[in-house]
Amino acid sequence: MADDVTTSSSVAASPASSSPQTGPAILPPRVAGPARAGRRKTGVASWRKRAEIAFFVAPALVLFFMFVVWPIITAVQISMFKWKGIGPMVDFVGLANYVSVLQNSLFTDAIVHNFIIVIASIVIQLPLGLGIALLLNRKMWGQGLLRTLIFVPYVLAEVVAGVVWRQLLVPRYGGIDAIARALHIPTPEQGFLGTPDLALATVIFVLTWKYLGLAVILFLAGLQGVPEDLYEAAQLDGASWWQVQRKITVPLLGPTVRTWAFLSMIGALQVFDMVWILTGGGPVNRTSTMATFLIYQGTKSQQFGIASAASVILFVIALVLAVLYQQTILRRDTHPDQPRRKKKVK
Amino acid sequence: MTRKIRAGAFVALGATIALLAGCAGSGSANGGGDTTAAAKNADAKTITWWHNSNTGEGKDYYDQVAKDFEAETGVHVEVSAMQHEDMLTKLAAALQSGDPDQIPDVFMSRGGGELKNEVEAGVTRDLTDVAADTISKISNFTGQYTVDDKVYALPFSMGIVGFWYNKDLFAQAGITDVNPAPTIEEFNDYIAKLKAAGIVPASVGAGDKWPAAHYWYYNVVRECTFDTVETAIASKDYSDPCFIKAGEDLEAIVAEKPFNDGFLSTKAQEGPTSASGLLATGKVAMELAGHWEPGVTGGLTEDGKVPSFLGWFAYPTFDGQQGGAKDQMGGGDAWEVSTSAPDAAVDFAQYLLSDKVQQGFAKLDMGLPTNPTATDSISNETLKQLIPVRDAGGTVQLYLDTRLGSAVGNPMNDAIAQVFAGNPGPQEIVDAITNAAKSE
Repeated sequence: MADDVTTSSSVAASPASSSPQTGPAILPPRVAGPARAGRRKTGVASWRKRAEIAFFVAPALVLFFMFVVWPIITAVQISMFKWKGIGPMVDFVGLANYVSVLQNSLFTDAIVHNFIIVIASIVIQLPLGLGIALLLNRKMWGQGLLRTLIFVPYVLAEVVAGVVWRQLLVPRYGGIDAIARALHIPTPEQGFLGTPDLALATVIFVLTWKYLGLAVILFLAGLQGVPEDLYEAAQLDGASWWQVQRKITVPLLGPTVRTWAFLSMIGALQVFDMVWILTGGGPVNRTSTMATFLIYQGTKSQQFGIASAASVILFVIALVLAVLYQQTILRRDTHPDQPRRKKKVK
Repeated sequence: MTRKIRAGAFVALGATIALLAGCAGSGSANGGGDTTAAAKNADAKTITWWHNSNTGEGKDYYDQVAKDFEAETGVHVEVSAMQHEDMLTKLAAALQSGDPDQIPDVFMSRGGGELKNEVEAGVTRDLTDVAADTISKISNFTGQYTVDDKVYALPFSMGIVGFWYNKDLFAQAGITDVNPAPTIEEFNDYIAKLKAAGIVPASVGAGDKWPAAHYWYYNVVRECTFDTVETAIASKDYSDPCFIKAGEDLEAIVAEKPFNDGFLSTKAQEGPTSASGLLATGKVAMELAGHWEPGVTGGLTEDGKVPSFLGWFAYPTFDGQQGGAKDQMGGGDAWEVSTSAPDAAVDFAQYLLSDKVQQGFAKLDMGLPTNPTATDSISNETLKQLIPVRDAGGTVQLYLDTRLGSAVGNPMNDAIAQVFAGNPGPQEIVDAITNAAKSE
């Protein structure tokens, strides 16, 4: 909070950085004045205000508690027991389920697969999505149609897309094999999804096909936010199209890209539907993710303790990564003052 | 302020709990009619029955059975016919609740580890004495529903797994005299001839794992005596060399490469590209499957009829095998009675096994009846072939994943699928079972 003092008044006015602990005296009074005065009013008024807040916030809090906090607490509770799903939970095992999950090579493999998907999603979709967005941002014939086409896979239900791709990828009788055969391109005997070494790459390909549309549409939206006059100024200075993209468009697209990467990362950590439909985690667990592990090894094996432990671990990994990402990368966007200040210091 | 927030949080918590409790309470109304369930223990005039014959003739038949029972005894049967997966989910929820009002009085059981868990949780009734007459009639099949010498469920259908084959494709490959109980040499000869004729010999849904695992289970039934398997399960000691032998036999079969392209990701029964679909559409010559296969393939053909080319032969036997030549591997369905049910529920479960009800059940091809007086009533000729093999005097071992329960069954199936992928091996399967059984 002390940082605020050194920054300009416009930054301090942002709601995230104003706080009751900061003495009003050192804040620029022009900005903080009215709010402070409101809080210092008589007891009745402040009580009314609190009641008002409680009234409007309570429904959201109740829902949040019911559908977020309570399930998490229950999951943690179940993860401490050995429980087959019938009868009372009596066999308390402490952290044994966590030990057994973390020692299970199927789970550690699943984590590795998850991280491969996280990295591959970003490494493949970022340049591809950015390229397509830049192209589609140019004035050209059929722009709207192309934008729609790119976005269609994202609109399709994941299960439907999964079933379609599974049918296409069926070895010998599927569409992909038929086309490849006609072109005399050899295809793997076990099919793309059935060959252990190719299965994960195939799943990543389908995921890219599915989610590229989201990246493109987000980047396109971000491009609309780049002020037109910057382009004009650059053009006046004689910048080429490439230079404009590299020096102006891409840097100004930063916040959008960082938000997209965050969504992509969380989605990749939790990926379940597509994998479950395409491969069920197979062949021989080569495409398993943490989510398929907890369904197959957990609930389908009547080991609810194991399933809950795995889900808590998945939650913790996702939470830690999310917080780290927010604190390091997204901070540039939510607290734009800090990097700017550092530059000033230099 | 903080205190008030806390107070608010407690109010929210209270409201949440009240809401949750409300949800739980209303759940039972969907489950099976809680008002009748509460009243039933008082006068025992109504019992609840859950089954999974939820379509067509099977559903009508069971509705009629319930009515007939009411006419004979005056006990009303409240029938809930559900889709199979729905039934399993609801049953699991009802059993988890432990609430007698929510648990149906008579329900389906697949036996094995699942039943054992239910017995341990005290939700299922010991039928040994109360249904002794019925049990004596179907005693060939009650073994898989017995825990500590007590019978907990009455099996009403018991099928066996074997090879369903395409007679036309076999003839095309020059195999005219198919042995109904071949040796492994004869079986390998079929594979060689089919391959020579350019026909894919077999499909297997290894993507779903259990269809692939059936090969290993059957090898166990062939290589190990029935008692060896039972002792191993009881003692969690699978060190008998016959289990390794079963794995080696499996490696040998996989090495023959009889399976369809992409079998590692092939599903068991979903759609025309599944293992059953490939058999139904004449793309492969055979598939290892249970008594459900005519029904499943019938649903996967263009005209919706059971393919006329379907034939059946038993799983091959091995030289020097220890298992009985007549032993088979299979599984079935049984009726369980909950501990909270009135005595009328036991009468009803017995009624479902009566000659009359089982004959009607067989006539509609709803399964392979266990009551010996009903086996002649099976309409489908292909299905009928299974009866003499099943009733030849050998024992029927339950699918091992069901037998062991899914906590051991799933890791076992995983390990078996590895062998299909060309990875090791016989010892790994045994290790997987042993480790899972010991940590259970």
